[in-house]
Amino acid sequence: MWSQSQQDEPWANGGEPAVVDVRGLRMRYGSKDVLTGVDFSVARGEVVCLLGPNGAGKTTTIEILEGFRMRSAGQVRVLGVDPARGGEDWRARTGVVLQSWRDHARWTSRRLLAHLGGYYTPYSTPHRARPYGADEVIAMVGLEELADQKIATLSGGQRRRLDVAIGIVGRPELLFLDEPTAGFDPHARREFHDLVHRLSDLEDTTILLTTHDLTEAEQLADRILILAGGRIVADGTADQLARQVAGEAQVRWSRGGEDFVHATPDASAFVRQLFAQYGDEVADLEVRRASLEDTYITMVQQHESGDADRAATTFKEVAR
Amino acid sequence: MNPTRHAVRLGLARGWTEFKQSLQSPQDQGFYLFWAVAVLTYLLINRNNEVEGTTLLLPSVAMPSIIGGLVAFSVVMGPAFSLASEREDGTLLRAKAVPRGLVGYVTGQVVYQSLNLLPSVAVILVPGFLLFDELMHRGVAGWLTVSWVLALGLVATLPIGMILGSLVKSTQMVATWGMLPIMVLAGISGIFYPVQQLWGWVQVVAQVFPMYWLGLGMRSAFLPPSAVALEIGGSWRTLETVGVLGAWALVGLLVTPVVLRRMARRQSGSQVEAARQAALQWVR
Repeated sequence: MWSQSQQDEPWANGGEPAVVDVRGLRMRYGSKDVLTGVDFSVARGEVVCLLGPNGAGKTTTIEILEGFRMRSAGQVRVLGVDPARGGEDWRARTGVVLQSWRDHARWTSRRLLAHLGGYYTPYSTPHRARPYGADEVIAMVGLEELADQKIATLSGGQRRRLDVAIGIVGRPELLFLDEPTAGFDPHARREFHDLVHRLSDLEDTTILLTTHDLTEAEQLADRILILAGGRIVADGTADQLARQVAGEAQVRWSRGGEDFVHATPDASAFVRQLFAQYGDEVADLEVRRASLEDTYITMVQQHESGDADRAATTFKEVAR
Repeated sequence: MNPTRHAVRLGLARGWTEFKQSLQSPQDQGFYLFWAVAVLTYLLINRNNEVEGTTLLLPSVAMPSIIGGLVAFSVVMGPAFSLASEREDGTLLRAKAVPRGLVGYVTGQVVYQSLNLLPSVAVILVPGFLLFDELMHRGVAGWLTVSWVLALGLVATLPIGMILGSLVKSTQMVATWGMLPIMVLAGISGIFYPVQQLWGWVQVVAQVFPMYWLGLGMRSAFLPPSAVALEIGGSWRTLETVGVLGAWALVGLLVTPVVLRRMARRQSGSQVEAARQAALQWVR
């Protein structure tokens, strides 16, 4: 497995300091543990996707990294700073794409981008001129024709594009996106993916995004982190994860009206044992090679049926 | 470039933009129209009533009192609603996500809410002067008094609105914790009838809050010297007006930054999302 977190120093590949370094991150709301020990790091210029079922703690994790939420325990470094104590200078180097719903209804996109971009002017450096001009960033998200309309008149998808524009207007070194394509049509989604690639390739922007959609994670990310049961259960490129789960077979069956799924490297032995144990009670038997998608869907199902711990071990089993 | 001063400048521009946008908004225009019609109708119905113990007509006495009450009402309710709803809809979170954005946001709010006072007062005063005779008995000196009472009243009440907007759980709670108490205060603060007609302890309560003093200050600006007989102790109590309003302003300036910081610290995307879900539920 391709994991930075076991190293002692917050260095990513190439000896450069990691942009994001998280170790032993825990979060507890009342008596409920949402994060039980999250470890990962993100190197400069990487696009990393935090993938997981709804309620797995993706938003909590990203909000802790954004400095919007206090953690219960653990070490977190974002651009070399603890986000709980990140000042305004640190803030200027990050970009956050928020999911808004009716703010600034009377403003036009152009006016709002010019205003919010203005806050970054004092943080402009010869190396990184800040902010983008309003026109430039409007063109980047394809809102040219709507730039002078009241924001209240934008559709949900158009509004999300404005959210992205606001997130990048300060030319961030690190960009956070929480479920960025929720509510996008397929066309807007593809344009958004192009934009992410462009930001990462041309602007050297490090990008951390969350999604519950595996396909999107595969298309966007250099590396996928799967969050389940309060911890990272898989960490690698889409190919690495696919290779880890291939070679495993997935056995599905039902017994007494209840459905079961088991991943195993030796399906024959497992099925033989299954019949030896339960005989005629076993029904609906199905054996097939697990794809990454199968494994992920199994995990999501287990998570949604309230069994977060079992969901977390699904990947452990297949990843050996 | 000093980044904080830069953010303040952006905030000033932000407040001005919001003000212009508000003037162009049919929603806000409707709100002003509603106020103007309500107040002027009340005054027109009572236009021939003489105020007891004077030769003054009711509109002459009621107009300054209502202006004073209106200042307290709009400068408390305006920022309270703005802050509560903009915390829910993500405006505040946007400010938090840009460097020194909160400095700009708060500056913008102060500018916007202060400027809002002008149309609120103008929609009542301008037609009032056209409809009624003898409103201003003090000439230039009177207008000067109007200006300082407005300015001091603004500084005294704006923080109350901001604190209220920061503390309430949701926008709907602004009505409960803001609107209701202010309605009660308007009833006991000598806006619609002399405060002396009420029980002693109610008079004391009324004189703790800025609304009574705003009304008194306005009456001292508009009414002839003889009308002082209508007031408690037969005096305009200018020093006391400055003292009480000044004290509220001072407390406000000390407490507001603390409360605003606390509110901003708690602001996160999940909080906005939770508010969105709550609002959807509420509309259903």
